[in-house]
Amino acid sequence: MEFKDYYEIIGVAKDATQAEIKRAYRKLARKYHPDVSKEKDAESKFKELGEAYEVLKDPEKRAAYDQLGAHWKAGQDFHPPPDWGAGFEHSGGFTGGDAAAYSDFFESLFGMKGRGGFTGAEPQFRARGEDHHAMVQIDLEDSFHGATRTITLRSPEVDPQGHVVMRERTLNVRIPKGVKQGQHIRLAGQGAPGMGGGGVGDLYLEVEFRPHPLYRLEGLDLYLELPLAPWEAALGAKVKVPTPTGTIDMKIPAGSVSGRKLRIKGRGIPGKSPGDLYAVVRIALPPGDSEQAQVLYRKMEQELAFNPRAGLGV
Amino acid sequence: MSNEFLTGIVLDEECLLTLDELSRACAVQTDWIIELVDEGVLEPRGGDVSHWVFSGISLHRARTARRLQQDLGINIAGAALALDLMEEIEDLRAHLCVLEREG
Repeated sequence: MEFKDYYEIIGVAKDATQAEIKRAYRKLARKYHPDVSKEKDAESKFKELGEAYEVLKDPEKRAAYDQLGAHWKAGQDFHPPPDWGAGFEHSGGFTGGDAAAYSDFFESLFGMKGRGGFTGAEPQFRARGEDHHAMVQIDLEDSFHGATRTITLRSPEVDPQGHVVMRERTLNVRIPKGVKQGQHIRLAGQGAPGMGGGGVGDLYLEVEFRPHPLYRLEGLDLYLELPLAPWEAALGAKVKVPTPTGTIDMKIPAGSVSGRKLRIKGRGIPGKSPGDLYAVVRIALPPGDSEQAQVLYRKMEQELAFNPRAGLGV
Repeated sequence: MSNEFLTGIVLDEECLLTLDELSRACAVQTDWIIELVDEGVLEPRGGDVSHWVFSGISLHRARTARRLQQDLGINIAGAALALDLMEEIEDLRAHLCVLEREG
């Protein structure tokens, strides 16, 4: 297991005050919060940060961590000292912790004691089981045709001996046609079991679309970049255009310029009022690397009075 | 694992959540949701509190607000502001994406 340098993660010196640690943490937390940040590894950075702060904000845990000594370097192979934990009393009291979020390093030092519950769970004085949440990734096409997904969920649970264990379960879920980015699918009775005869919680799946190689999603509308030969754009043409439900023939009006949006009504995300598909024109130039192409380009140069920079006043 | 396929309900503009359901889905007390409504983060339909119903998008907003509040230590007004700004940035990013493609 790797040693984690919590001071390095938060970016403070080992003798930083509690106030300095809090300030540095808050700043980085805003930067890497997965809801806010667009950085690729925001989620893992944020988790790491949360773990470091969980230890350093608590004087008891911080003192215990400091006791390991200053000679450890981040990433070094680590085993807790044999007398670890002796002489330290932990009051527990982890807040809203997600048991799955902490590293093995953290668990080896501070264990699972005093913790339980699911992500962000508040104490509730109800007997009904908690609702659970998970993310499900689908492809754009799945929204057009509907699909099924097999998802594996891990959640912490308290076993009969009172230990927190990770329970894994697999569900087969139908993804209904017309589902949209960010929408939730509610699966009744698939959340946490209730206590004292209470009902079972629900499971909410948040739908996320994987990026598509051809289409870009904007609300219910899809955008497709449509390359055209200069003569197709200038003279008009009938070209084949892909859509998520199959290829269509599309009429290109004469004089289409780069960036022009051609709307194909109702070919966006399906639904009662379906979105549209927009083909955005991009002029593709035939390469001038053959003799024949060069002759034709020269001919255009000589016979067409065309100044592409006329709008620049030069 | 059973081979049975589960069919859920998609929460859209028509599938509505009651105040209780929304609170439970966010693992919060109903008072917290009422505060979000007071702050203008959520716009329920249905007149008085006991008849409130929320559209599916409310769940997304409420949960995001909850995470921001818990993780960044901001109050509800701050979370509301962050949500508004995040949505504005999202729109601007989408526009920028279109402009970059056209350019």
